[in-house]
Amino acid sequence: MIQPAKPADLVTVNIDGKDIAVPKGTNVIEAARLINVDIPHYCYHPKLTIVGNCRMCLIEMGMPAVDPATKAPIMDPATGKQKINWIPRPQIGCGTNVSSGLHIRTQSPMVKDCREGVMEFLLINHPLDCPICDQAGECKLQEQSTGYGRGYSRFVEQKNVKPKRTQLGPRVTLDDERCILCSRCIRFSKEIAKDDVLGFIDRGSYSTLTCYPGKTLANNYSLNTVDICPVGALTSTDFRFKMRVWFLKQTNSIDTESSVGANTVVWSREGAIYRITPRRNDDVNDTWMADSGRELFKSVKSADRLTAVKVNSADSALDIAINAATQLFKEGGAAVVGSGRSSVEEQFLTKKLADALKASVSLVSRVGEGDKLLVSADRNPNVRGALVTGLIKSLPSQKLTDLAAAIDAGKIKAVVSVGEDLAAAGLSAAQLAKISIVYLGTHANATSVAAKVVIPTQSVFEKNGTLVNQQFRIQKFARAVPAPAGATDDTVVLAKLAGVAATDIASVWKLIAAEVPALTTMSYANIPETGLLLDATPFAALPFVEGETLHYKPTAPVAATA
Amino acid sequence: MAVIPLERKPLSFAERTYLPAIASGLKTTLKHLFAPNITMEYPEQRPAIPPGYRGVPTLVKDPHGREKCVSCQLCEFVCPPKAIRITPGEIPADAPERAHVEKGPQAFDIDMLRCIYCGLCQEVCPEEAIFLQNQYSMTGYTREEMVNHKDRLYELGGTLPDEHFKWDKKLDAEKHGNAH
Repeated sequence: MIQPAKPADLVTVNIDGKDIAVPKGTNVIEAARLINVDIPHYCYHPKLTIVGNCRMCLIEMGMPAVDPATKAPIMDPATGKQKINWIPRPQIGCGTNVSSGLHIRTQSPMVKDCREGVMEFLLINHPLDCPICDQAGECKLQEQSTGYGRGYSRFVEQKNVKPKRTQLGPRVTLDDERCILCSRCIRFSKEIAKDDVLGFIDRGSYSTLTCYPGKTLANNYSLNTVDICPVGALTSTDFRFKMRVWFLKQTNSIDTESSVGANTVVWSREGAIYRITPRRNDDVNDTWMADSGRELFKSVKSADRLTAVKVNSADSALDIAINAATQLFKEGGAAVVGSGRSSVEEQFLTKKLADALKASVSLVSRVGEGDKLLVSADRNPNVRGALVTGLIKSLPSQKLTDLAAAIDAGKIKAVVSVGEDLAAAGLSAAQLAKISIVYLGTHANATSVAAKVVIPTQSVFEKNGTLVNQQFRIQKFARAVPAPAGATDDTVVLAKLAGVAATDIASVWKLIAAEVPALTTMSYANIPETGLLLDATPFAALPFVEGETLHYKPTAPVAATA
Repeated sequence: MAVIPLERKPLSFAERTYLPAIASGLKTTLKHLFAPNITMEYPEQRPAIPPGYRGVPTLVKDPHGREKCVSCQLCEFVCPPKAIRITPGEIPADAPERAHVEKGPQAFDIDMLRCIYCGLCQEVCPEEAIFLQNQYSMTGYTREEMVNHKDRLYELGGTLPDEHFKWDKKLDAEKHGNAH
């Protein structure tokens, strides 16, 4: 990992005749990447330890020649520059850290020969079943045999036969024939997931990746091994044989399972999501994400998805439903239940709605156990957003006890719920029956059944928005697939309910920039893909529930988890 | 643009009688009366299709009657009018003879209203499973009828000779190869 370096820590290296200043400790692959020189590699991964076992990143290197006795530079009379003593044998780029004056050649005949030789060895026992391999299209072996390979095979002997279709765990299927023994998965399991279950058995060309006897690759990070596998050896059992990757559209999104806010890519085709993979963000999730977050898209097409606007259980239209809701509010005694799952824009509009109705706002907290890596204890992705927009002043509790008491006392007659199941949040059926509920949500539940007005809204994959994660980093997600017919964008519904003239995300952001002090200089368009860190000091004293996770250390004393 | 006036030549006497023109017309008619017939009584008579003809795309089976397509979806990718639609599927691990192929099409649809008979699907197929064969006439009363589903594609395609038997070789290697 490259740390931002002080100028003093920079060293000048020469790559293919070009001088470049890079931080000390950078390896040759990363240094070359800075000037867009590709050094092919398989086993090297920027977030894992370096083992140097694939030999693909061989380069030629040398140092400026000096006279051993006088230390005076030896000049090359032909060029008039200092002579370079090239090491006669190739070196691995991943295991070589740059030093001052280092010269590197990545395009010399020797390097080309080395790459061709390594590719030939790697392909000797590779089955070449690209037509049925799920990695085809994003396979490093395919790309680099095209880019750096010899182009034909001299191997006439029989290829090795190894087990295919091995179930390593509940979510990972292994095809050992395709494995090129780079050991990325082994290192990931050991170093990142801390679940050291993978290893090689047997020697030489019989080497086989396998699980430790009696163990399975079952941890919640197992699918990261599929992501980092440079070939099609480790495949996701869920995505296996579903769709070729070149058909899939990639949309940047955010993992909403917890307040970590792991950056993700949603892969979809023609309105159907096929998989979710992590997106590199060195300040949030590196290149990893939890398996649980990859399954969130399955609820998008579930059978209990709400698609019809309902008023008093009869099918209706959006404007009629908005009017019906407004009528309910006119009777007075309204309360708003916002959500820590809503985006910043929705929470802002929820606040506008609550202000317009002069209603109290409550949020429902969801607390689980954090795994100290990329799933935090707070399972609401955007509680910080509610604080930043001023929707809430203190942290939410898990049950709506105050609201329940107010309903029992007869003070509350109408409740707007933004996607929160009030029954699950502690309201009894009798309490739900006493009030008129306006429910905005994606899926059917006890609240949507009891509600007077039901307005179907969109899931996180169907709209644009932003979330504020546990580091107070505002990150945006984009619409990957169109919403089902009948579901309306939450911001549109909330804006209509609140009587705010905002039709799209840009106009909502104009209002946010004008009214939310922490977000004054921002718009949806100018938030970078890796997020923007907000000032967390106003909320430093709040007892957030998160414990330590990757790239996050709690500042305030951690509240006892329920 | 320059205009060049041309003077029309006056017709000669013979031309004015029309007789030479009638005679030359009758000559042509008489020639074709005795020449061999080149039109065909379609659809009772059908022409012989030359080799390399690009007819309706079809899926073929290997000489042992096994499905060749592994649903790699390259034809779907290359198809310029997007006529091909494949739903890939997994061949179950307990399928006899075919388990080692692992992948095959669950559904394979070619919309003949979209197909332009370009033959790129045949060219791109790594398994030699799709061929444009002799069938050239596709008719139907509904749009749905004009979509060839997997069953129909195999019915149209039949069996073609195979020189490679790639997957048999693979199975053979699995049984007698370098496994230890």
